[in-house]
Amino acid sequence: MNPRFTLFDRLVWPRLLLMACIAVLFAACGRTDDVGTISVLNRGLGAEPESLDFHKARTIQAGDVQRDIGEGLMGYTATGELVLAAAQGYQMSDDGLEYTFALHPDGRWSNGERVTAHDFVYSFRRLVDPDTAAFYAEQSLGTVVNATDIIAGRKQPGELGVEAIDDLRLRITLSYPVPYFLALLTHPSTFPVHRASVLEHGDAHARPGNLVSNGAYRLVDWQVGSHIDIERNEYYRMNAETDIDRVRHHVTPEDSVELNRYRAGELDITANVPAESFERMRRERPDELRVSPYLAVYFYGFNMTRAPFSDNTKLRQALSMAIDRETITENVVGRGETPAYSWVPPGIHNYEPRRFLYADLPIQERHQKARELYREAGYGDDNPLHVEIRYNTADVHRRIVLAVQSMWRDVLGVEVTPINEEQQVLLENVRMRQVTQVFRMSWTGDYNDAHTFLSIMESDNPSNLTGYSNPEYDGLMARAAAQTDPALRQVYLEEAEKLLLADTPVIPIYFFVNKNMVSPRVRGWGDNVLNYHYSQHLSLTDSD
Amino acid sequence: MLRYALLRILGAIPTLLLVIAIAFLMVRAAPGGPFDDERVLPPEIEANIARAYHLDESLPRQFVRYLAGLLRGDLGPSYRYRDYNVSDLIGDALPVTVQLGLLAIALALVVGIAAGLTAALRKNSFIDRLVTGLAMTGISVPVFVVAPLMVLLFAVYLDWLPASWTGGSGVSRLVMPVVALALPQIAYIARLTRASMIDVMSSDFIRTARAQGLGTRSIVRYHALKPAMLPLLSYLGPAIAAILTGSVVVEEVFGIPGVGQFFIRGALNRDYTLVLGIVIFYATLVILLNLVVDLLYGILDPRIRDR
Repeated sequence: MNPRFTLFDRLVWPRLLLMACIAVLFAACGRTDDVGTISVLNRGLGAEPESLDFHKARTIQAGDVQRDIGEGLMGYTATGELVLAAAQGYQMSDDGLEYTFALHPDGRWSNGERVTAHDFVYSFRRLVDPDTAAFYAEQSLGTVVNATDIIAGRKQPGELGVEAIDDLRLRITLSYPVPYFLALLTHPSTFPVHRASVLEHGDAHARPGNLVSNGAYRLVDWQVGSHIDIERNEYYRMNAETDIDRVRHHVTPEDSVELNRYRAGELDITANVPAESFERMRRERPDELRVSPYLAVYFYGFNMTRAPFSDNTKLRQALSMAIDRETITENVVGRGETPAYSWVPPGIHNYEPRRFLYADLPIQERHQKARELYREAGYGDDNPLHVEIRYNTADVHRRIVLAVQSMWRDVLGVEVTPINEEQQVLLENVRMRQVTQVFRMSWTGDYNDAHTFLSIMESDNPSNLTGYSNPEYDGLMARAAAQTDPALRQVYLEEAEKLLLADTPVIPIYFFVNKNMVSPRVRGWGDNVLNYHYSQHLSLTDSD
Repeated sequence: MLRYALLRILGAIPTLLLVIAIAFLMVRAAPGGPFDDERVLPPEIEANIARAYHLDESLPRQFVRYLAGLLRGDLGPSYRYRDYNVSDLIGDALPVTVQLGLLAIALALVVGIAAGLTAALRKNSFIDRLVTGLAMTGISVPVFVVAPLMVLLFAVYLDWLPASWTGGSGVSRLVMPVVALALPQIAYIARLTRASMIDVMSSDFIRTARAQGLGTRSIVRYHALKPAMLPLLSYLGPAIAAILTGSVVVEEVFGIPGVGQFFIRGALNRDYTLVLGIVIFYATLVILLNLVVDLLYGILDPRIRDR
């Protein structure tokens, strides 16, 4: 034998391999997660948050974690009532332009330092600073004096209408009255950031080990693709009332996988419930399945800038009327969603959504009326409408588009071509308004006020995807914005919605519901339309 | 041999540059950008973000900027995970993926080769049919079916193993992901080994060995095994590269913080820098492993070495 080949011949390789395996296994054993006797809550989060920097995040998932680790001037109770948080009181000037907040004197950062009004001033300036490139700068603070000019680079961040009167008093001056301004201050983008940490760590300041925050919990660990660990902030002003010591937010992008983990006892709360298991969970674990209204609408939008929809209201109305929303919510989606006959979802404070006039007609009459409108719009059996519906890749969107396709064909004789696109492609096409005719989209409210839905249909709103532009609508919205009397404001907003529904630039199809599995050992869970569930409001009946 | 290896590595640099250039152009040619969302941003904010990430510069300029960063070992900031650099993301996830990948490859080699050899030596027997049948099943049933079924069975119903990475610790949380990763590889390796062993066993030099009166055991061990492993070796290079870049399905089902997730999510999110980082990582791995395979070929097969 050639001695050079002994390595192979004596079968050393399998042994080496075995030893390598054992070594790797031992390496694995070293990483056990010892949690001792402290109480731990395991929450399903959904997709991976993109950032925990209060100024750079924008997803729902990031917000869920940020509301645990940070605290704004205002907050919500477990059932979604707006309450004071880092502020212990506020005063509003008679013209509604000036807010003076008094901070809690015992507000503390997670490193023990005091939270002062200067911290808020620094944070608000950082939010609107063009160099921060914050997604939510305009939405959260756009109404503060000079904010839009600073964002556009025309003024300096120091000129923002925010000032610290002393360590504990903060004055915010608005360009015009904003009735929902307090609700905006619950958004994580308005939470304070710790100046020294930002200056020291820059873009990496929100990573574990660097992040200093002022909420009930502090960030301990973040394993991208797996979980985010947060732990009780000992310095938090209401630490005594926080029950759960440690919370692990698990990244669970697939809801069927998430449900398996819940059923295996690894999660106490899920972020979602998959459609295919919804009925079974309702049957088998009715007490654990929580379903409640959510501030979000699923809709089809028309491209209002091009034929055939730009100048044909009757056609849009006919198409809207021909959709049987009950069939879609009960048989196609089937997770407790409610049919949408308005643009603003039910459950919003100080608002009564207006409904399509045909909402209460029997289905046969509705179809009859739809056919009449379709004919008046210039179409018929010998001249049917050919239309493309674009939707992004997801099973539920595909099933809905097939249902709509058959409804439009059966009721009106419309020929529909469904076009499936990747999410980013759909967004690009919708924005370009070139090829798009009808598109599927959804909108989630950012705060508990009808404005969060109605404003995106204003002509100059960047999120107005349809290109709808009606001066009368804009006028009503402007009048509502200038109105300090809540009752009158409500009238204007409701009038605006009525006009919007008559114009039908969008077809609201259903309103989302919150769907969570909540373990019986979790206490303090409150249903609310924003689906915010601060870990500090929850407790566990046992500890493990 | 050292000279050969060095030449090969030098020769890989233009290849890598070409891969980077193509990937750079392709990812940017895809419609939509990294910051597009249902919530359309006000134009001023969009401009601020473009400026912050140099997306307002011309493409050639962005490419040069990227290459310059690359020379410094900087893969740039992730456009999606705004708190992280691409190097941090890959670096943090790599140990987990490597650990799982090595275990899966080891398992696949041991089980796959054993099954393949057994089948080859008992050609057309019941065991052969069983192995071939199971291998066929292993190749055709995708991981996204097997992995959730495993979770349902072993975690939900039997409660033997944790359903996810964070649900357990030590060995227990490794078992299901490793098996799920290894299963298709076991199937491929078993089929390759079987086919190649049958081929070798029917060749002339084996007949000569038999004629000299050697037993099957010695023939397999001293004469057949080495040449039979050569096709497997060619397969292992790319296979190891694929396993070491992670599996998005296995990672998602078990909630593993590995590299695989970045491949798909990076592309879907149009996270330009992350996609490029992963492509560079994967390409480098493929080039290196192919080099290793070629060198091993030389060791195993004197005909190649002599050339």
